[in-house]
Amino acid sequence: MDRRTFLKIIGSGVVGVATGNLLTPGKSSAEESLSGKEFYGILVDTTRCIGCRSCEKACAEVNGLPIPDISETTNETVIKSLRQTTDTQYTITNKYETGRGTIFVPKRCMHCNQPGCVAACPVKAMKKRPTGHVTWASNCIGCRLCMVSCPFDIPKFEYEKAIPRIQKCNLCWDRFNQGELPGCVEVCPTQALMAGSRRQILEEGKRRISANPDKYIDHIYGEYEAGGTSHLYLSAVQFDQIGFRKDVGIKPYPEYSAPYLNAIPFIATLTPLFMLAISAAVKMGKENQKEKNEEKNEEKGKH
Amino acid sequence: MAGEKLETVAVEQKPEERPQINSFGEFWIFFKNELRPKGNPSTVFNLLSGIAIVFGILLIVYRFAVGLGHPVTNLNQSFPWGLLIGFYVMCGVAFAAGGYVLAFIVYVLGVKKYRPVLRAAILNAFLFYVFCSGAIVVAFGRWWNIPNVFLGIEFGASSVMFVIAWLFLLYILTAALEFSPAVTEWLGKERFRKIAGSLALGAVAFGITLSILHQAGLGALMTMAKGKIHPLWYSEFLPVMFFISSIYAGLSLVIFEGTISRKVFTYQIDEEHRHSNDDIIIGLARICGGVIFAYFSLSIILTQYKGDFALINTAMGYWWLLEVIGFVAIPGLMFIHGAQKKNPVTIRAAAIIAMLGILLNRYNNVFIAYNWDLPFAEKYYPSFIEGLTTLAIVFIQIWVFRWIVNRMPVMRKSPQWASRLDKD
Repeated sequence: MDRRTFLKIIGSGVVGVATGNLLTPGKSSAEESLSGKEFYGILVDTTRCIGCRSCEKACAEVNGLPIPDISETTNETVIKSLRQTTDTQYTITNKYETGRGTIFVPKRCMHCNQPGCVAACPVKAMKKRPTGHVTWASNCIGCRLCMVSCPFDIPKFEYEKAIPRIQKCNLCWDRFNQGELPGCVEVCPTQALMAGSRRQILEEGKRRISANPDKYIDHIYGEYEAGGTSHLYLSAVQFDQIGFRKDVGIKPYPEYSAPYLNAIPFIATLTPLFMLAISAAVKMGKENQKEKNEEKNEEKGKH
Repeated sequence: MAGEKLETVAVEQKPEERPQINSFGEFWIFFKNELRPKGNPSTVFNLLSGIAIVFGILLIVYRFAVGLGHPVTNLNQSFPWGLLIGFYVMCGVAFAAGGYVLAFIVYVLGVKKYRPVLRAAILNAFLFYVFCSGAIVVAFGRWWNIPNVFLGIEFGASSVMFVIAWLFLLYILTAALEFSPAVTEWLGKERFRKIAGSLALGAVAFGITLSILHQAGLGALMTMAKGKIHPLWYSEFLPVMFFISSIYAGLSLVIFEGTISRKVFTYQIDEEHRHSNDDIIIGLARICGGVIFAYFSLSIILTQYKGDFALINTAMGYWWLLEVIGFVAIPGLMFIHGAQKKNPVTIRAAAIIAMLGILLNRYNNVFIAYNWDLPFAEKYYPSFIEGLTTLAIVFIQIWVFRWIVNRMPVMRKSPQWASRLDKD
């Protein structure tokens, strides 16, 4: 091996390792948060919700959004159609007719333990706070990969604005820091919503299920879904009957893109080396061929 | 100098004209001179594309003033990505793959036969990436923050978007290096050509690595859309599928672009290249055929592995079959058949169908088979403005490509003084 080849190999190795390290994903950002405080969350008991939409109004007031009309007459028409959260409504309540009567389900950000949106964000505008809140910040570039990556379709984009934002429930992050309850929890007239540490609300959910086995199905939605969420749901009927996706699975969403991210350092280090190896092999093959041809010619010359 | 004259006379070519640029002032005069159009500017193509570009630019200004809502785009909360990202980020980058595939064939495998189409492929790769970044600025909502990805205080290192943004930037630089010899030949600077030549060669392995990662990364972007993309399209192997399909997408573009360039830039292409052209196309078709066969097999195996064969007998299943049979298997067979019968017409047709297949596949992943279960009224279809804006960016890209080809040695051979440098 001459000096040049040696340098080439070292060079591509270094370049590969550098790219590899530059582009190596950190540990999933949620894992870091797991080490700190307990996640804060909300337990939603759908058997208690009466569909009054007080939470929608409180949410709008707290977050400076257009205040919805929640008088009984409007409620009847609004709640007829199934709705999604929008860029001006962080929380909405839907009505479902089931085998066990009418059930109302408030829907908002699930605040996953390991959120897909946070893993998707190239500038960490979407953040999982140590206390479990998933928040958005204005360094966002508007790529909308968070919307693609959210299994619950929560982040919403302000298409109509020249300076748009991603809008979603942040579990009242500012109020939390001032020691206040989330707006929706504070106003709920039937205590269908209960805020607390994830451990507390999970325990409370389990307690209610075991105390009233006839009232609830034995499933807390969000305990394991998408790797666990800080928003937990209790229900009297199977969750697919009240608008929940059953195909979410228990794998945290960042893990779906992890194989690619984890492969990067290897590909980045090995590809240039393989290229050199192939190129060297081709050269050797050619020289071999040349020698053979020369030998043949010599033999021909002899005869 | 004397030696050079002798050589040029020996091969009976007119003596080379070489710009004399020794200062920035002289470069500026030369550049201004070169900016003027060569050839007849009043053609039907120029008129139509010119109109599209003017309106496209106006519409882009309008988009920056009012945002991405209706009527600029038909995007909504269920379909965050539409035509612009679908075409430029997903398909454009796949079409740019010719750059790294040919660099691999010529420099790593040492197959000199394909050298005549290498520079055009690298130029196309570079331009697709550059105009893709332009399209990204238009398509991303908070575009002024895009530098945050590269300079930001916080790096989202666990984000596929972050990774491919960096790969994107690095590959643009690499492709620029790979193309730089042509620029120095245009300027006639021997000293710069020497440096550019060695830099270009050094950039090859780096460019191939970045491209493999980037093509796969586009597939990885969609991996967290599990449950949104129809199961027939979605799999955890999307990065692998995107990478493999990029190989024949890029080569198909090389064949397609070569077909058009052969007619448009006839005067640029010398006799020798014209003769070898069919031979090159047949060789590329053979590679495309092989790669498509691998891709098609993998599609079928994956469907079996996921246990999704039952889904084929549904509306979406027929749509999937149309893509996989009509736009993957059929062009694959056409490539192989065309290569065996040495029929460039079949091969060119196959290249066009294969490229349509790439469009179909990427659009399926981004908005057709994405949220497929939504009612028809909520579905996304591109708005007129999205269509025209995309078209305008494509036309600008074609204009820039033409401008460069008409001035730098892309289709034509390098000047003698430069080729001599390579031999030393």
